[in-house]
Amino acid sequence: MNRWFILPLVLFLAFVGLAGYMLTKPKDEFVESRMIGKPLPEFALPAAAVDRPGLATRDFRDGKPRLLNIWASWCIPCAAEAPQLEMLRRQGADVVSVAIRDRPEDVAGFLAQYGNPYSRIGADNLSVVQLGIGSSGVPETFVIDGQGIIRYQHIGDIRPSDVPTLLEKLQEAAK
Amino acid sequence: MAAELGLAAMWLAAALAALQLVAGAMAMNARADGTSELAPLVRPAAVLQGLLAAFAFLSLIYLFAVTDLSVKLVALNSHSAKPLIFKVAGAWGNHEGSMLLWVTVMSTAGALIALVERRLPEKTMQATLAAQGFVALGFYAFLLFSSNPFERLPTPALEGNGLNPLLQDIGLAFHPPTLYFGYVGLSVAFSFAVGALLTRQVTPDFARAMRPWILGAWIFLTVGITAGSYWAYYELGWGGWWFWDPVENASLMPWLAATALLHSASVLAARDALRTWTIMLGVVAFSMSMVGTFLVRSGILTSVHAFAVDPERGTFILALLAIYIGGALAVFAFRAGTVAEGERFSITSREGALVVNNVMLSAILAIVLVGTLYPLLTEAFDVRVSVGPPYFNPVSAIFFFPMVAVLLVGPLLRWRRDSLARIRPSLVIVGLLLLVGIMVALLLSPIGILPGLGLVFAPALAVASVLPLRGRSLRRLPLATWGMVVAHLGIAVALFGMASESAFSEERLVAVQVGQTAEVGPWKVRLDGIQPVAGPNWTALQGRMFASYQGGREIEIDPQSRSFWVPPQQTTESALVTRWNGQLYAVVGNEAGDGKWQLRLWWKPFVTFIWYGGLLIALGGLLALVGRVIADLKRRHAKGRVAQRRKEAKA
Repeated sequence: MNRWFILPLVLFLAFVGLAGYMLTKPKDEFVESRMIGKPLPEFALPAAAVDRPGLATRDFRDGKPRLLNIWASWCIPCAAEAPQLEMLRRQGADVVSVAIRDRPEDVAGFLAQYGNPYSRIGADNLSVVQLGIGSSGVPETFVIDGQGIIRYQHIGDIRPSDVPTLLEKLQEAAK
Repeated sequence: MAAELGLAAMWLAAALAALQLVAGAMAMNARADGTSELAPLVRPAAVLQGLLAAFAFLSLIYLFAVTDLSVKLVALNSHSAKPLIFKVAGAWGNHEGSMLLWVTVMSTAGALIALVERRLPEKTMQATLAAQGFVALGFYAFLLFSSNPFERLPTPALEGNGLNPLLQDIGLAFHPPTLYFGYVGLSVAFSFAVGALLTRQVTPDFARAMRPWILGAWIFLTVGITAGSYWAYYELGWGGWWFWDPVENASLMPWLAATALLHSASVLAARDALRTWTIMLGVVAFSMSMVGTFLVRSGILTSVHAFAVDPERGTFILALLAIYIGGALAVFAFRAGTVAEGERFSITSREGALVVNNVMLSAILAIVLVGTLYPLLTEAFDVRVSVGPPYFNPVSAIFFFPMVAVLLVGPLLRWRRDSLARIRPSLVIVGLLLLVGIMVALLLSPIGILPGLGLVFAPALAVASVLPLRGRSLRRLPLATWGMVVAHLGIAVALFGMASESAFSEERLVAVQVGQTAEVGPWKVRLDGIQPVAGPNWTALQGRMFASYQGGREIEIDPQSRSFWVPPQQTTESALVTRWNGQLYAVVGNEAGDGKWQLRLWWKPFVTFIWYGGLLIALGGLLALVGRVIADLKRRHAKGRVAQRRKEAKA
């Protein structure tokens, strides 16, 4: 028997092993931001709604951790997570937000229909802030600590089961 | 009723596949002089199994054609409002149906070999059919236990779910089956290889018996890849024709292996050389089609074909893959050493050139395979990478262009031993063409090195591919030789298209108001209006535009951005204007504000040559296949007459 003839079998078994291992691993479809652990980029956004101020980096530097919600009125999962954001606000979280590529009248319509849990809303018409903090879609929610450091990223809409996790991350950020 | 009959046929076919396997295996184990009692059953079992599988598949088509909503598969994948052709195509546009199609084609092929193939020793044939039964059995188990296409719903559905709108396209309805025919043809070659390996009968006859199946598979794969590339080009609206997407690679890898196998089988058939290598390629070609199916279905890699994903079924396919290919490679490891060495040859010979072709093709195959699987490997260590054109293009070119260089002279060489001096006139012609090409490419610069090489080699290859016709009687030339010439010419044509597209394409992304004009290359495109239009199950925004080439006559083009409502999804329908020297490609995008619309325009010189080349390659394969089959039939007829005469003489 020529020893080389066993090589294809060995390579093939390595492939099967790798593929089998990867099949058992839960598939993680999310692209995590590389900005976690880093400070927020510098920005100052104008207000997106008449009754709430805009949002700037310096608003995060008052020592208080916050939730930063990235959303848009044209985004249906954003409407679905509205009750959960309201729940977070009632449990003491300060929720600020950035509205992505939106129109003032649409923002107003959305807030009238689904409620307004936000203390500040910045208008990001070119997705500059969104890209700057490494968010790849709407909705996403970040935990920012009192020094303006990005501590945690939640991708996708917030389900009721995610609320305790986010509150916990906020508490961790306060330490 | 049709569903129950179909299911029953599937069970019976599975039982016959088991019989085929057992009877074939027992025939193998019988002592050299005697035969097993079950051995005569192998061929009839294969024929019957093929008929039953075909019956089951026809039942499924019937259920889809009449939209029988009590069948789960129909309810999930069809809709009563669909045009009939897409209802029928729906039968294989889903996982269960496509697996049934696969096994049907495979057992019909098995039935065909059982009926007509008489060249090989009977034992090798029995081993081959046993291998076929073995492979089919796995797919039957898959169908019967985990994805029964005939499953009824407890209560019939009121209406069906519809078919993925991206797939509601006539070209695409036939794209997957085309690839399946290719994959299955390779499964036949695989069974032949295993059969020959088990009985150690790796002979020129074996190569001749296997060759039509490789050729057939290769033609389907070529057409499938060409059509798939064109589909991605006009339907996805990105203006590209090849993306090195894992699924594209999954169809390219079996093609590369089949191309290598085709050439090495030719050496084995003509010269009784490259025995173990041919067997190895037979196994590799089929493994590549299984690996391809696995990568597409398991969703283990991220790809544009995400609609085909299902991780649980991926596990099943991986298990089948492990059993078939692992088994075959284990047999190879133990048996290949005992296959007697083939004939020897000098490096300057037809065989020598074909060996270079084989090595280069295998190297490209390895490069594509590594590039496709690399993200999987790094992800196991939680590192995410994506491998794209910056890797695939230059690295595969390292082997592609030397292969083309050998292809310039290879077909001119004689078998066994030859000298370059003999073909000096042809070498001079090709050499001069290359020189002219290099000078033209330098004058045209700056163009990239790869498109530049393509533009240099394509014309030389076009001429070199017809040089084997020199000094031969065109009327007496065997069809198979014509096939070779046409296929090699096709490579030159496709290469020219690719090089020209990447060297000379122009792209414009503009926002224009109605009535305004945009320019791209030699074209002027005027936006005349945007209207809503409605189709059978979609609505669209349609741009009405007029395009004129170098100020000539205006041609109306209507690209659309379509929205389907069952299920909801958006697709782009690009508008193309094809001239002999290229294509204008227009896509209409979103409203840009202030009454402006986004338009994306490309001028792609000679881009159509890519697909003309692909079709030429397939046509070459078809000529070779027809030529080989006719030659085989003639030989068999002559043999029959000789035997008849001998019988009469004896009597």
